[in-house]
Amino acid sequence: MTATAIRIQESALDPARALTNVVLPAGEPWLHEVKQGQTLRIVDLEGNQAADVIFYNRHDTDEHYSVTDTLLHQGGIYLTTGSVLMSSEGRPMLTIVADTCGRHDTLGGACAAESNTVRYALHKKYMHSCRDNYLLAIQHSDSGLTTADLVPNVNFFMNVPVTGEGGLKFDDGVSGPGKYVELRAEMDLWVLVSNCPQLNNPCNAYNPTPVQFLIWG
Amino acid sequence: MNPLLTPTENVDVDTRWQQLAADLSEAQILFSDVIPGGCHWSWRLPRGTTLRLVTQGGGANLSLVLYNARNPLERYNMPDSLKAQHTAHYGRGHVLMSDMGCAMASITADSLGWHDPLGLLLDGARLREKYGEHPYQQYRNGMYRSGRDGLLIEIGKHGLTRRDLVAPVNFFSKVSVDEEGRFRFQPDHAPAGSMVELRLDMDVIVAMSTAPHPLDPRPDYAPAAVGIVAWRSGPAPADDFCRHFRPEGARALHNTDMHYLA
Repeated sequence: MTATAIRIQESALDPARALTNVVLPAGEPWLHEVKQGQTLRIVDLEGNQAADVIFYNRHDTDEHYSVTDTLLHQGGIYLTTGSVLMSSEGRPMLTIVADTCGRHDTLGGACAAESNTVRYALHKKYMHSCRDNYLLAIQHSDSGLTTADLVPNVNFFMNVPVTGEGGLKFDDGVSGPGKYVELRAEMDLWVLVSNCPQLNNPCNAYNPTPVQFLIWG
Repeated sequence: MNPLLTPTENVDVDTRWQQLAADLSEAQILFSDVIPGGCHWSWRLPRGTTLRLVTQGGGANLSLVLYNARNPLERYNMPDSLKAQHTAHYGRGHVLMSDMGCAMASITADSLGWHDPLGLLLDGARLREKYGEHPYQQYRNGMYRSGRDGLLIEIGKHGLTRRDLVAPVNFFSKVSVDEEGRFRFQPDHAPAGSMVELRLDMDVIVAMSTAPHPLDPRPDYAPAAVGIVAWRSGPAPADDFCRHFRPEGARALHNTDMHYLA
């Protein structure tokens, strides 16, 4: 078994005892704090929805989730049970402690109006996008986060395989209704989310749907 | 053949400048676009560019803010612009001034005679209160967008935060004030095809939203689209209308010229 092979692990945590229980509708932003030692569960309520998430050190937002530190640390590109999300300072930010989906993307990034013009057509520029969501969430917050902090994100429930020939594919998700991923916070965090509104590729099965966030103390 | 104006198989360049600016030569045109009602965009554009804005339906509103592209701390200042020119409305000849006493943009053509400079902006709370919930999940890209959120997204792309958001100009809207100081929003002020031209007097970041004016009494969220053509006009010449409209505008244009010494 390789470091990033699919590892399914269920959780024993009871949703009725969660401190936070939020359903984020499709296409909406969310910025929330998670404290060290708390557990965050993200639920793909209807299946094949991409949750685009960036994590920051709550006390020093210059320290953020780092895709490259994370991949180097675990020796591969997919996130699954046991994966540790590393920061730009080389410190563990979160550990995936349960995962009924089994594979999450680290390379696909977040959609933006400008990148939509590049990937699809110039006239796509007025469509809603993840970066607009990120910008809205941070503009309305007192987090101190700015555009410069919008670093490469995790796409929970999204499947972006790299082929042996060096290709990058956007495949239909391996996720399904009710599948979830659970992460233990290793430091106090800001969690910045865009529930992806992309309609131009199969990352959301062309049908963006809600995701749920549960936090246990 | 100008590749910025001519679509190819892979690049679906907008060609609506052919209708929006039929009076201009192709050599003058930089680009065209149509911003759907409620949407937002921003550009970084050089001095000497003129933006033509043309409403594509009745009831349009276009909220616009300006920042000096060389130093975004310098930005459009509503009170300085209004008090300098002794005006509470904008039309041909008026100059949009910065907090540094410089002309940022001048209104060089105008079919309406009144654009609202009082800076009111629809925010998310007022949007939901007035028009109800109309989110992405149900309505996809037909979701309702507020002018404030649109401008926050656009200035955010340029590293600016909500503390940098200034009172915008609301083009195509008319708000007068009665003897007791109360606002009167003029319905049906701007018919389809209303036009204003804004010459950029310095290098700017310009952000705009086509969300409704917050005083628009229509119960339905139905902002019209606005066409935009950017064309090469060159900076204000010596005999420019705006240089001779008011002495304050002339001096603001002079102050900007002093930052572009050749």
